[in-house]
Amino acid sequence: MATKASRSAARLMMAPAVILLLGWMLVPLIMTLWFSFRTYLPLRGGDQGWTGFDNYVRFVSSSAFWPAVQTTLVIVLGVLVITVCLGILLAILLDQPMWGQGVVRILVIAPFFVMPTVSALVWKNMFMDPVNGLLAHLWRFFGADPISWLSDASLQSIIMIVSWQWLPFATLILLTAIQSLDSEQLEAAEMDGAPVLKRFAYIVLPHLSRAITIVILIQTIFLLAIFAEIFVTTGGAFGTRTLSYLIFQRVLESQNVGLGSAGGVYAIILANIVAIFLMRIVGKNLDN
Amino acid sequence: MGRIQLKSVTKSFGDIQVIPPLDLTIEDGEFTVFVGPSGCGKSTLLRLIAGLEDITTGTIEIDGNDATNLVPAKRGLAMVFQSYALYPHMSVRKNIAFPLKMAKMDPAEIDKRIEAAASVLNLTAYLDRRPGQLSGGQRQRVAIGRAIVREPAAFLFDEPLSNLDAALRVGMRLEISELHKRLATTMIYVTHDQVEAMTMADKIVVLQAGVIEQVGSPLELYQRPRNTFVAGFIGSPKMNLISGAEAQKHDAATIGIRPEHIDISESSGAWKGKIGVSEHLGSDTFFHVQCDVTDEPLTVRATGEVSFKYGSEVYLTPRPEHLHRFNEQGLRIE
Repeated sequence: MATKASRSAARLMMAPAVILLLGWMLVPLIMTLWFSFRTYLPLRGGDQGWTGFDNYVRFVSSSAFWPAVQTTLVIVLGVLVITVCLGILLAILLDQPMWGQGVVRILVIAPFFVMPTVSALVWKNMFMDPVNGLLAHLWRFFGADPISWLSDASLQSIIMIVSWQWLPFATLILLTAIQSLDSEQLEAAEMDGAPVLKRFAYIVLPHLSRAITIVILIQTIFLLAIFAEIFVTTGGAFGTRTLSYLIFQRVLESQNVGLGSAGGVYAIILANIVAIFLMRIVGKNLDN
Repeated sequence: MGRIQLKSVTKSFGDIQVIPPLDLTIEDGEFTVFVGPSGCGKSTLLRLIAGLEDITTGTIEIDGNDATNLVPAKRGLAMVFQSYALYPHMSVRKNIAFPLKMAKMDPAEIDKRIEAAASVLNLTAYLDRRPGQLSGGQRQRVAIGRAIVREPAAFLFDEPLSNLDAALRVGMRLEISELHKRLATTMIYVTHDQVEAMTMADKIVVLQAGVIEQVGSPLELYQRPRNTFVAGFIGSPKMNLISGAEAQKHDAATIGIRPEHIDISESSGAWKGKIGVSEHLGSDTFFHVQCDVTDEPLTVRATGEVSFKYGSEVYLTPRPEHLHRFNEQGLRIE
């Protein structure tokens, strides 16, 4: 790829992919921006022309907006903390030589292959159902009153379901990182007098910092947009309405495309603010 | 202080015994080199002494105290690893400070020791860099620095120079020898390179398949190898070993003669042969000579620049006073 001809050939051959991806991103973005400045009520008169920033003002001044932002952040943070902490523990566990390692590793990764809708349904009906759920049986076995998870502890339940889905991803990335740790470093630390916990704190954790950064960045992007789990379980009730769910309700339940699009633009802004924060806080880890 | 004594130590991995019962005493202040071919158990032996592997049976004593079941940190030994095993996310200063910090030493004392170690190892200018920004030799020195600040009873080196290039290796070899003279601490050094063993050691331990073949000073090993294995392993280039009819003339199963103890001549000598490849090093010339007495070509050293044409006929004469004789079991006959 050194000569002028080969460089322009490369550009030419990359062009279809680049143009496709660019269009994929730009068309919805521009349509969202377009609709957010119009009054568009599909079942009540259709496109009724420009309204300026009315949609933006209405979306923010709605009483549902700030709780939705808060719910979104609580879910994202909760899932991140749980998956990273448990992911590190599981990765260390799976790194130990043991019988049936291959099978156990596949089993641990399995939840990641279950579709969000399916896993949410399984959790809702098999585990969290207050009458027939496994957890209800467990509670009754110990003589306690079953919890109606999805109404009484709705936010925690959703965090639990989503964490279960994303734990394999975190574990997988952290496991590969742990496997790349030079065992001589641990031995050197052992000779230097560092007991197990200090070896973890001074050697293993710094070694994992880059992998943890990647897990946090990638998960945040996906977690900001979780939808199926909420739709299937609570339908946005009991304080589980996230920003993306609120936008869905505005567009489809209220049939107000303009208002929903304005919400979409806010979601883009929120995602970018979170991304910039994350980059600044943890991005330093990626440099060295 | 650092007298290390191994008493009938064995090590098995599962059913495979890699070290059969082994006794060895390393005196205080001695520079001991474990040398042997790959897979001879020399690194395993070092790791047993360090405590990184549990011994199967037997005891290890350090300064007369039983250390068999002590954890590595409590044995008072410091180890320098082949990969250096520096902590990549810490600066050089923090790397060197790590063992002291783990020992909860006073920060002022830590700083003092770091400064001292850094000046000994010429690392003062690099204290705030990360290991990734250092060259191979500098990293090696940091690893040594991390070992010396602890003021251990003994240093353990596990093939520390094998990742360095040839020129640097010679330099570091000298530095480590000098460090030993200055600190006068026991050092155990594992290598597969017999040149390193010969140049650095007070005492060489030659190992093969977990068994000690011979223990002695470099010159003892060179002059009086106990068996054919040591004879072939120590010395560069290798000793010529000849068995068969020629050996029987000397009442031995095998005779050995070093390349530097054979005279080469164009006119007359004991063995007739044909010149093969010649290696000209300037100070010496090595000839590989195909002789009638043995199938293997013999290596012969001539001092200075001597030239023979490829394929030309020469005569070799071994110097009788330097002839080594070995019996059927490969053991030395005096």
